[in-house]
Amino acid sequence: MGRVIVVTSGKGGVGKTTTTAALGAALAWTGVNVVVVDFDVGLRNLDLVMGAERRVVFDLINVVQGVAKVPQALIRDKRIETLYLLAASQTRDKDALTEEGVAAVIWELRARFDWVICDSPAGIERGATLAMRFADEAIIVVNPEVSSVRDADRIIGMLDSKTVMAERGARMAKHLLVTRFDATRVARGEMLGIHDVLEMLSIPLLGIIPECEEVLRASNIGAPITICGQQSAAARAYMDAARRLCGEDVAMSIPSDRKGLLGRLFGRRAA
Amino acid sequence: MSLFSFVRPIKSAPVARKRLQALLEHDRLLTSQSDLIRVLQTEVLAAVGRHVTVDPDKVQIRFDRNATTWTLGLDIEIPQGARATAAGTA
Repeated sequence: MGRVIVVTSGKGGVGKTTTTAALGAALAWTGVNVVVVDFDVGLRNLDLVMGAERRVVFDLINVVQGVAKVPQALIRDKRIETLYLLAASQTRDKDALTEEGVAAVIWELRARFDWVICDSPAGIERGATLAMRFADEAIIVVNPEVSSVRDADRIIGMLDSKTVMAERGARMAKHLLVTRFDATRVARGEMLGIHDVLEMLSIPLLGIIPECEEVLRASNIGAPITICGQQSAAARAYMDAARRLCGEDVAMSIPSDRKGLLGRLFGRRAA
Repeated sequence: MSLFSFVRPIKSAPVARKRLQALLEHDRLLTSQSDLIRVLQTEVLAAVGRHVTVDPDKVQIRFDRNATTWTLGLDIEIPQGARATAAGTA
């Protein structure tokens, strides 16, 4: 049976979809079967970030409502053959998701895949609660910024009370992923440091993803950053995070894109 | 604002940290407190309701806290002349 992981944050725009795509691709790269599931019904974006927007025929709502079967709705990635996408619906709203329907879909995906990674919508409403409802573990994506940390704390409280796992009296494993981290600004006292965030949220750290220009380039061309920008600092950080998720002991470091003086001069000019 | 504040800007990260710590403490208390209030409200009303008819709208619950204790205040409006309806006397 596969591991079901929800990627969540409370706050929007912190990097949930980027993270879902990047970790999904990094895991699938090792040959295991991975499906990434978009729960952001009405505002789907994972298909865009994965570059599969023109290949969506059936979506999560169709499967939940029994209009299509799971295999019909799964979209296989063109670059990694063990990576699949289950898209959200763009035209319906989140009320079309039923708890029983989502339970059945997750159950089937769990049997078919080694990893089921659920991309949660922002907020704490129905879409977000259903995305986390049947998860075994959670990745909480947070920016080193006050509103993101506050929302993450709220989400952690929900993971401990509103999930099937919590209702059974078990404690859900949680992993903190700090994104858009800027070591230079932290050193200047302009940004919360990793220790500040860890101390306030008190859940184990999965990785630190540095602020990185390649993330935008990856979404522009529609490919997970761990596929198209493998040498970038963010991709390397995501690769490390994926290995930690698999239980490997990888030293925590913050990769950087630091260029030499010449690289910086010419890099600037080109950009 | 002194001349030096231009030379050396105030670091904002420690401010963020301080604000967040206070905020999270407050948020966490609120969420745990709301559960507690709901339970207390239900059970106290049920207990009083065994003896007199209570209008749920005529009940007020206050919740205060200081450093070490919480104070729960209950105002239950009972109409004058209400008769006991306890199971034992009814």
